[in-house]
Amino acid sequence: MNGETGTIEATALTELPSGRDFLKPHRIILLAVAVIAVFCMAWFMRWDWIPEYAGRLAQGVGVTLLMLFSTCVLGFLFAVPLGLAQVTGPWPLKLLAKTFCTIIRGTPLLLQLWLLYYGLGSLFPQFPAIRESFLWPYLREAWPYGAAALTISFAAYEGEVMRGAFAGVPAGELEAARAYGMSRWKVFRRIWLPRAVHRALPTLNGETVLQLKSTPLVATITVIDVYAVISKIRQTTYLTYEPLLLLALIYLCLTAILVVAFRTLENKIPTRGA
Amino acid sequence: MAADPATLINWGLLALEPPGWGGVLLGGLLNSIKIAVGGYALGLVLGTGGAFGKLYGGPVLKDLLEVYTTLVRAIPELVLILLLYYAGTDLLNQLMAAMGYGPVDISGLAAGIFVIGVVQGAYSTEVLRGAIKAVPAGQIEAARAYGMSPVQIMRRITLPAMLPHAIPGLSNLWLIATKDTALLAVVGFSELTLVTRQAAGSTKAYLLFFCAAGALYLALTLVSNVIIRIIETRARRGMAAPA
Repeated sequence: MNGETGTIEATALTELPSGRDFLKPHRIILLAVAVIAVFCMAWFMRWDWIPEYAGRLAQGVGVTLLMLFSTCVLGFLFAVPLGLAQVTGPWPLKLLAKTFCTIIRGTPLLLQLWLLYYGLGSLFPQFPAIRESFLWPYLREAWPYGAAALTISFAAYEGEVMRGAFAGVPAGELEAARAYGMSRWKVFRRIWLPRAVHRALPTLNGETVLQLKSTPLVATITVIDVYAVISKIRQTTYLTYEPLLLLALIYLCLTAILVVAFRTLENKIPTRGA
Repeated sequence: MAADPATLINWGLLALEPPGWGGVLLGGLLNSIKIAVGGYALGLVLGTGGAFGKLYGGPVLKDLLEVYTTLVRAIPELVLILLLYYAGTDLLNQLMAAMGYGPVDISGLAAGIFVIGVVQGAYSTEVLRGAIKAVPAGQIEAARAYGMSPVQIMRRITLPAMLPHAIPGLSNLWLIATKDTALLAVVGFSELTLVTRQAAGSTKAYLLFFCAAGALYLALTLVSNVIIRIIETRARRGMAAPA
């Protein structure tokens, strides 16, 4: 198990617990305890606020998912050149990509987010050119900064994974493609990229779950995702635990759905042998 | 109007003495490092116990540990930190009340170490479990054949033999721990990220302070990397170079 993949698996759920041989005698007792606990929670805690906020919660989940998918897709598009530059680029590009990944991976996402939102956000209004451009209505909102920070972070982490994936494609396959007379671009498009993406797919699952776990941070810059909705509920109802427990349950379900989706995707790609 | 560079960057704000905020930032960094070290250590203790429990424990213990690691790996750290922060302080206060003491004021430092430790505990359970499984079964069987007790086997064979396998994962967890301390800013603990925001808010020099804090975090990561490199070479003495 190499360090990078191992760490992703240790910090992000990438596999659901197996359901085979689920019902053993001790599990029936554990399940009974769990059912009693859930019943106590439903009975003794206050849940009457849920219907009132259900619509806003659903919207919040939508914003969270939108943030997750858009930043993952964008981040992945940036990650491919980042990985490629580190493997095969000329040294200035290599150095640049390496520095970028080191800086982003070496500082907390919350700090990057606040740097973009408060730092750049306070700088932009000083330039009339920006204030008069068509981008200004968007730059006055919070979500572009959140999306940018999440995209940059995903690109840096996934860029490191893609570097390993590009370097790990067997040289013989690339040599064979070149021997067939393919141009450099064709080798990249037909062999190198697909093989690298295939190699990176298992870690992509973990990285996506990690990204989902990072999305609530955008609530700190006033993006109304599901976490922000729950915070609002906590402020108006003065409840400490109930909204947080519901939030945990929502994230648990989202993670489970992601894991199942990735499992289906991985099973669709034919592999030889094991 | 675009301000000229001299007023855009006022380096005096970073001075260590009170008109500057440098001392406050360094104090925040110290707090972050304290929490990271404490949380990481607590996480290692929980992780070692968790890994052994998951591999050699009874069926109930195994299931409970599985629930623990599954939940922590599926729920955002921010949510866990909030839940543990409130639940932990509440529970402690109720415990104190039940034992006849008045409510205690829990220091932010202790609460921070606790929440980071519980999160790190689940991560290191998984890392250590993988590392222990990489120890050849024959070595452990041989130890058992010599009549060593389980504790002796753990101390003499399993822990030293798994260490080289665990170090890459554990060093990544240390880096994650240092960055997770930033999340405590959300519950109002004055670690580096929060004091940076306060400094930036009161001086309006947002870019300067956030970049300075970024440089501090980066320095922490880079210094850690150097130390990790040294530990790794030491732990891998006498082993073949990694493929």
